Amino acid sequence: MEPLIACKDVSLGYENREVANGINLEVYPGDYLCIVGENGSGKSTLVKGLIGLIRPLNGQIIVDPALKEESIGYLPQQTAAQKDFPATVSEVVISGCLKRRGFLPFYSKKEKQQAEKNMERLGIKDIGKKCYRELSGGQKQRVLLARALCATDKLLILDEPVTGLDPSAMAEMYQLIRKLNEEDHVAIIMVSHDIMNILSEAKTILHLKQQPLFYGSVSDYKKSEVSRCFLEVKK
Amino acid sequence: MEMIYEMLSYSFIVRAFIVGILVSLCASLLGVSLVLKRYSMIGDGLSHVSFGALAVALAMGYSPLPVSLPVVVIAAVLLLRLSETGKLRSDAAIALIASSSLAIGITVTSLTSGLTADIDSYMFGSILAMSGEDVILSVILSVIVLGLYLVCYNKIFAVTFDENFSRATGVRVSFYNMLIAILTAVTIVLGMRMMGALLISSLIIFPALTSMRVLKSFRGVVICSAVLSVVAFVAGMIISYEYSTPVGASVVLANLLFFLCAVMIGGIKKEKKNSSAIKKNNN
Repeated sequence: MEPLIACKDVSLGYENREVANGINLEVYPGDYLCIVGENGSGKSTLVKGLIGLIRPLNGQIIVDPALKEESIGYLPQQTAAQKDFPATVSEVVISGCLKRRGFLPFYSKKEKQQAEKNMERLGIKDIGKKCYRELSGGQKQRVLLARALCATDKLLILDEPVTGLDPSAMAEMYQLIRKLNEEDHVAIIMVSHDIMNILSEAKTILHLKQQPLFYGSVSDYKKSEVSRCFLEVKK
Repeated sequence: MEMIYEMLSYSFIVRAFIVGILVSLCASLLGVSLVLKRYSMIGDGLSHVSFGALAVALAMGYSPLPVSLPVVVIAAVLLLRLSETGKLRSDAAIALIASSSLAIGITVTSLTSGLTADIDSYMFGSILAMSGEDVILSVILSVIVLGLYLVCYNKIFAVTFDENFSRATGVRVSFYNMLIAILTAVTIVLGMRMMGALLISSLIIFPALTSMRVLKSFRGVVICSAVLSVVAFVAGMIISYEYSTPVGASVVLANLLFFLCAVMIGGIKKEKKNSSAIKKNNN
C-alpha cells in the first residue's frame, strides 16, 4: 500500500534559515499521527510543508497522486479576520469544495449535497443558516472540520484543533475526530499541545525539536526517555 | 418625480448617473472583501495616487483616464506586495505613498497651471467631469469588473475568509488578491473624478460596513452593499441637484445616514437578543 503522504529526509525553513530538519514520516489510510513539541520546535512549519504552503529546502514530500487530485483537508488555526466575518455556516462549509470546481465558477447540486452530508456528519446541520461569528468555539471548529471534509475524506491535517476550547467542547472534538478516524477510516495528522489527552487518542507520535526526537507508536513513546522529560515539564 | 425628469433632460447628468451607478456597484462589491481583509486603507491610498497621476497627466497635456489607470494599477500591486511580505508596515506604507503622490500632484499643477478650480474638482469631485468618451470607457471597464467579480465570487469568498485553507486546497490565493487589488484600482480611477480623490474611498467602505452591521451571510452582505450603494448614489445626486451641493460629498453623507441607521438597527437587534436570552434564563 502506498502512503497518503510521506516525508523523506525533509528539512524546512524560510529563506534558507532552517527551522526543522531530518524529518521522515509516512502516513497511511487510517493512521492517527500526532505531532508534539514545544513552541518554536517546527511543528507549524512542518504542517505548512505538508499542505504545500512552503517548499522543503531539502528532501522530498511525496503526496499520493489520488489525494493530490482532490486536496488535503486542512483545519487551520482561527484568524483574527474571522472574528467579525459575516458568513453563514453553509457558506463556509461549501467553500471546502472549491478545488473540485476547477475553473467552473459556481457550485453544482453535487457539491451542495456533499456539504449537507458533511454538516450532518458533524451535527451542525441545524445551525446551517446561523452566522459563523456568533457560534461558540466548539461549533466553529466543527464548521471548519466539515469544510475540511468537503475537500477530502482521506487525510485531515489539524493544526491545534482544541486550543482555546472548554473541556467539554474539547472532549467532543476528540470524540468526533476519533469517530472519523475509526469509522470512516480518515487518516489524521494533528498538531497539539494537549499532550495528556493525545496519548489516549493518537496511534503514532512525532516529537519534534528542530529534529525528530521520537517517531513511533504511542505505547513506545510512553516508555521513552523523551516523553518522560516532556511530560514532567508539562505537569 | 418631475424633478427627476428635469434632471435627466441634462445630458451631463445622465452621464454622471450611468458612470456613478456602475462605479458604486463595483466599489461596493469589492469593498466587502477589502473591509474584511483589513485593506480599507488601500482604497484611500490609491485615490491619492490617482490624484497625483491625474494632475501630472493634465499638466503634460494627456487625457487623464488612460494615463492614471496603469499608474494606479501598478500602485495597487505594489501596495499589496508590501502588505503581503510585511517588509514595511502596510498602513504606514499606504500613508507614505498616498501623501507623496498628493504632494507630487499639487506641486506639478501649481508649477504649470496654478491651483485652479480644476484641482478643487479633483479633490472633491465634480459632476461635470465626465465626457462622452470617459463614459464609454467607464461603462466597458465597470462591466468587466462586475463580470470578473461574479465569475470569481466563490473563490473571492474563500480567499477572503481563509487564505491558508484556500492555499492548501489549491486556490491561487495571490492571484485572487492581485485581482481584487487591480479591480479596486480600476474602480477608483473611474469614480474619482466624480466623487473626488478625498471622498472616493467612502464608496468602498461605507456600504460594506453598513450591511455587515445587520446581515449575517456573505451573499446577503454583498447584495445589500450593492443595493445600498446605488441607492445612496442616486439619493446623493438628487440632493446635490436640489441644493447645489457637491455630488461626492452628498453621496458620502447619504451613505453616512444609512450607516447610522444600520448601527441603530444592529443595536436594537442585539438588545432584543439579550433581553430574550435573559427571559430564557429567568424561565
